[in-house]
Amino acid sequence: MQHARTRSDAPARKSIFDSLELDTRLLGMIGAFVVLCLVFNLVTDGRFLTPRNIFNLTIQTVSVAIMATGMVFVIVTRNIDLSVGALLATCSAVMAMVQTVVLPGWLGLGLGHWAIAPLAIAAGLATGAVIGGFQGWLVGFLGIPAFIVTLGGLLVWRNVAWYLTNGQTIGPLDPTYQLLGGINGTLGESLSWGFGLAATVFALVYMATSRRNRRAHDFPVKPRWAEAVLGLVVAGAILGFVAVLNAYEVPARKLARIFEARGAVLPEGFTAGYGLPFSVILLILIAAGMTVIARRTRFGRYVFATGGNPDAAALSGINTRWLTVKVFALMGVLCALSAVVASARLTFHSNDIGTLDELRVIAAAVIGGTALAGGSGTIYGAILGALIMQSLQSGMAMVGVDAPFQNIVVGAVLVLAVLVDILYRKRTGER
Amino acid sequence: MAGGRGTPLVEMKDISISFGGIKAVDHVSVDLYPGEVVGLLGHNGAGKSTLIKCLSGAYQRDAGEILIDGRPAAISNPRDARRYNIETIYQTLALADNLDAASNLFLGRELTTPLGLMDEAAMEAETRRIMARLNPNFRKFAAPVSALSGGQRQSVAIARAVYFNARILIMDEPTAALGPQETQMVAELIGELKRQGLGIFLIDHDVHQVKALCDRAAVMKNGRLVGIVRVEEVTTDDILAMIIAGKKPAHLAA
Ligand SMILES: Nc1ncnc2c1ncn2[C@@H]1O[C@H](COP(=O)(O)OP(=O)(O)OP(=O)(O)O)[C@@H](O)[C@H]1O
Ligand SMILES: [Mg+2]
Repeated sequence: MQHARTRSDAPARKSIFDSLELDTRLLGMIGAFVVLCLVFNLVTDGRFLTPRNIFNLTIQTVSVAIMATGMVFVIVTRNIDLSVGALLATCSAVMAMVQTVVLPGWLGLGLGHWAIAPLAIAAGLATGAVIGGFQGWLVGFLGIPAFIVTLGGLLVWRNVAWYLTNGQTIGPLDPTYQLLGGINGTLGESLSWGFGLAATVFALVYMATSRRNRRAHDFPVKPRWAEAVLGLVVAGAILGFVAVLNAYEVPARKLARIFEARGAVLPEGFTAGYGLPFSVILLILIAAGMTVIARRTRFGRYVFATGGNPDAAALSGINTRWLTVKVFALMGVLCALSAVVASARLTFHSNDIGTLDELRVIAAAVIGGTALAGGSGTIYGAILGALIMQSLQSGMAMVGVDAPFQNIVVGAVLVLAVLVDILYRKRTGER
Repeated sequence: MAGGRGTPLVEMKDISISFGGIKAVDHVSVDLYPGEVVGLLGHNGAGKSTLIKCLSGAYQRDAGEILIDGRPAAISNPRDARRYNIETIYQTLALADNLDAASNLFLGRELTTPLGLMDEAAMEAETRRIMARLNPNFRKFAAPVSALSGGQRQSVAIARAVYFNARILIMDEPTAALGPQETQMVAELIGELKRQGLGIFLIDHDVHQVKALCDRAAVMKNGRLVGIVRVEEVTTDDILAMIIAGKKPAHLAA
């Protein structure tokens, strides 16, 4: 009897949009992003949407986007983390000191030793996890509001970083480490295609298995054509992105130097595209991992349940205090990963690294639809939010908008985005 | 008819708990036998919910003892209570509004695949199965529970409590928001669970309902226990008198 139901209770005819079961908020954000890009492209006479600028936009977004994925969990559990920029600085300082002073000086690893980068990164990740976890403990177990703990943390960790480095710029960083900075480490054309194809296959197989899974339980599924359209769009987006990054060509001078170093001569007419930067691959892996955590693991479920109703979560046997520690520790680890990307991009640690990042990260999460009241938010939304913010910033810089106006616009957009979100929720009846 | 024989399933002895000077529960003792339904009655604020929250692990008692199967039970949080197979339907329902019915039903006890990820499909299938029994009109499996009616939400809370093979079931006004048909189904469910040998604490303001469903009724007033009576020995008026006057009627006082 149940089987008959699932088929028959669907309305006879559905609109195209209903059949696709698309997330309208996601569509809205993508729409806003596309309009933004097109406008900037028009105003800059086509300079905004060049492979080169898209490549730069992408690598500039990575650091904030990585932290924004963790901020989603923090805000979903009704907390806030104002210390992420400062924590990034401390992690960066630790990693810079480990690779330039501790490992070569105290442990005698020669410059360029293969173990320097992994050990430095491990030290950074541990630092982020411990500091984040400690802040989470203050919030969860001692009951100090996250706003206060992390406001204090903002001052503390910014100046711990200063103390660790005596306020000096530390560099140049290890060459292997620098590979994670963006343009200094890319996959090259053919491997990028390989990665793109693998990602496409993975996405399509994932869609197919979840459909089969629902069929097996006789749950309603989308019509086959809708599934096919979605599959095509996803495949097109992934491969298109790879194509654009591959189209950004390594300058001839740089190529000549590379060939020279190998003792060869640059062949006539030889070109090579950059392809996917390692930092972007890192972001993609983090985004996928965090999405799986949010949607498919018990930890993620508890994060959202606690945000929706902390009392209910506790009465269901969830240890909400320990959960707070874990969420902040995860945030700390992501700050450390962002620190790797940010300092590797600069090729050195600077004393002001990560300054004001807390605002960018929170804005990215909020523009991406994370509700400050807790209980709702998405990883892809936060990443898209980071991308929108970065596009706005660099687009305005390209157009030649004065620096104060840039910040005025970004601030206004943040407020406007939240207003739009509130109106959207009212219309869809969401809380 | 159970009661008065063998070891009680639950004994709550001399339980006291106060909130900043207010004695919400003041030296109350009740017990519960397997296959028995004990009704808890009293005016608003009498301390009924507070008493059962000591058993469900939501509150820590200030004094007193809880025995389960005759042995002292250490219940200091809801997880401990679940370990003793105590399931609770809270008056506030305790649902995460942003999650759907299946997520709420399995909250804290999610079904997982061999990889350790949540098995959403299996959880939804189980939810559909149990809801078909409790509330056949229920359709909104994909919606967050904030989009459900009061009665539908209550059905989800009831489903959660009865799904996991409880031995001790606490129901705090489980039918307050239900329609007549759904209330009838819950009444039948209580009868069925009773025959399976569960012990049930039922908090309900409807004296007739208590008389129909319960074996014994415990009446509280201002945090104190007025008395416990066998429902077949009293009339509904006797119970009402206990609730209002706060003392046992003369013909039972012996
Ligand atoms: N968390 C709390 N903090 C402070 N006081 C509380 C708390 N919980 C309950 N109380 C107080 O304890 C007393 C008993 O409350 P309780 O909720 O147990 O009443 P009840 O018998 O369940 O009432 P109702 O029929 O309205 O549900 C009330 O005076 C209430 O104000
Ligand atoms: Mg109550």
